[in-house]
Amino acid sequence: MLSCKETTLLVSESMDRTLPLGRRLAKRFHLMMCVLCARYERQLLMLREVLKRLGAEEDLPGPDDVTLSPEAKERIKQALASP
Amino acid sequence: MVTHGISDPGTWVDRHGDVLVRYAMLRLGDPHLSEDLVQETFLAALTARDSFKGASSERTWLVGILKHKIFDHYRQKGREIPVGEGESLQPGGEPTFFNQDGMWKDGPEEWGGDPADLFGKKEFLAQVTKCLSDINPRLAHAFTLRDIDGQESREICKVLGVSETNLWVILHRARMLMRRCLEIHWFGGDAGKR
Repeated sequence: MLSCKETTLLVSESMDRTLPLGRRLAKRFHLMMCVLCARYERQLLMLREVLKRLGAEEDLPGPDDVTLSPEAKERIKQALASP
Repeated sequence: MVTHGISDPGTWVDRHGDVLVRYAMLRLGDPHLSEDLVQETFLAALTARDSFKGASSERTWLVGILKHKIFDHYRQKGREIPVGEGESLQPGGEPTFFNQDGMWKDGPEEWGGDPADLFGKKEFLAQVTKCLSDINPRLAHAFTLRDIDGQESREICKVLGVSETNLWVILHRARMLMRRCLEIHWFGGDAGKR
């Protein structure tokens, strides 16, 4: 049986390609037996789902403290005025 | 001056600056670098404003230019930072999550709350940005391209200059670290449920 360490690599890899059958089955078998690795997979998939939707938005909601600094704004305005 | 419906460049910074810098920060994690690329974006837009056809909104057009700048940066970094195969991607500073038998040392905790609540939550986005800036930039770039921007693996390999096998290991490390960082600082741990 795969170790948790090996399984987490396969969990991640399966998010990027279709695993060969043998590995896919070995991963599935481990996940049936191991609550921690199953949780790991669930959380990675959930995070990707959330982040993808955030990434698709151009008008990101805040964070308020992430803004163009006043100095940078002034600098860029001047650069735009006299390119 | 108005060209093809594009607004006065003198107003760009106030109307688009904050949104663009947020877009960059999520993908770069570095405030100075983000500001520099936003400045480059505005200057490039100024030069290219005659090519704006009004097919998309001005904002979308600017974001598109910024996106190219960010990819260029990733490409450049890819050449500067050598990436070895497999295990050498794990700098000594990264925590080990498994014992010698390959079993979890600190397994994933159960997370409370509804994931749907995270959308539009400014604080969550701030935490993601923070976590990204705390991990190896190469890992962060791969993670951003794949899990935030949804690029195909082959495209990412080209941008980062790595093999696919190498990319899978990079993404594995990145997800492991990002998940743990968000667990500690957002979903549970001492920070408590939100």
